Amino acid sequence: MLAVSQITLERHFQPVFAPVNFALARGALLVVTGANGCGKTTLIRLLAGILTPTSGSVHSTARGLAYIGHALALKDDLSVLENTLFVRDFHGLGNDSVAELIARAGLQRVAHQAARTLSAGQRKRCALIRLMAIPAELWLLDEPYSNLDDEGIALLDELLVEHLARAGSCVLASHGRHRPSTGNCREVRLISGVTGT
Amino acid sequence: MTRAFLALLRRDLLLAFRRRTELLLPVMFALVVVSLFPLGIGPDPALLGRIAPGVIWIAGLLATVISLENLFRSDFEDGTMEQYVISGHPLTLIALAKTLAHWLVAGLPLVLMSPLLSIWMNLPTSSMGVMMVSLALATPILSFIGAIGAALTVSLHRGGQLLSLLVFPLYVPVLIVATGGIMAAADGLPYSAFMGLLLAGLIASITLAPFATAAALKISLS
Repeated sequence: MLAVSQITLERHFQPVFAPVNFALARGALLVVTGANGCGKTTLIRLLAGILTPTSGSVHSTARGLAYIGHALALKDDLSVLENTLFVRDFHGLGNDSVAELIARAGLQRVAHQAARTLSAGQRKRCALIRLMAIPAELWLLDEPYSNLDDEGIALLDELLVEHLARAGSCVLASHGRHRPSTGNCREVRLISGVTGT
Repeated sequence: MTRAFLALLRRDLLLAFRRRTELLLPVMFALVVVSLFPLGIGPDPALLGRIAPGVIWIAGLLATVISLENLFRSDFEDGTMEQYVISGHPLTLIALAKTLAHWLVAGLPLVLMSPLLSIWMNLPTSSMGVMMVSLALATPILSFIGAIGAALTVSLHRGGQLLSLLVFPLYVPVLIVATGGIMAAADGLPYSAFMGLLLAGLIASITLAPFATAAALKISLS
């Protein structure tokens, strides 16, 4: 689904990390780990096509892409419901029930509240709705577990396992120890400048 | 694709109405600028009528520019821009939807308000219609050209000042043609060539500017 060969990105003529190579099959999960500042976010953004690599290539055959970065892309002035409506109509197929999506994320109590009034964990859950609403084969998740409570972590794991079972793939950057319980999981450790598997 | 376009347009309009101060600021600004002129130069009807096209148009330009800065800023800061890029929808279409929303919020009220401003400034009634038509044709041009500048400066801190330096020179031809047309109408001369030029500019900016805006957004993101 995703083949990455020798990609690097240079900032101020210094590579952020040494060339990265990997291939990701359908139904596989790749966890990118490493210390703070080793380039996990940069790698995810390169894979998403937001940044262009200085050298190397990213070849993707995935239909549809879902990305959750540090900036959650929620509009503070809109309610959870309105944010979800936009995600469904702009990114999704437009036929999901918004109420069901919100209920699945566990946000039905705050559905009519403006996003600015939500806690960090609730905001993250609101962003996770994108994973349910976008029919994407490849998920790129940057620190998806941060700010989530146990229930939220369980929800994300559940979504991930379902996604992998549907032959979707996922690249997940995390510095924590938690891993979703799935068989097909590999890890790449980025060390600034060097990579090892 | 049409659904995505409409969803974006609807959301931007909804956001504009949620942030009322931002919505009213350009309109109030234009009102205040125009109303200051009679106070500053004295209430001489003939003089006011003579300078009315220029004053109203310049107030319109300033009002458009102060509202431009926020066109892409919040999308850029909260990560929505990244979602646009990965959505697979053409960035050009997104630029078109956002610029259109900007015009509906910042440009259209000016068009609707122009008869009131014209009366304040004692513009001859014969050219009031031309004033309105020129604003209707040319405020979208201001939004579309301005969107390119807004996209280029969105990643800069304090990009607003640079933005005004960047777009005002590009607005000069629009200002000359629009006020030229209104003055011609006031003098009883034919003005259709001026309006034709504005229409040509409108078509050119709608068809070309979104591509430039999309390219500028892409540069700002990397």
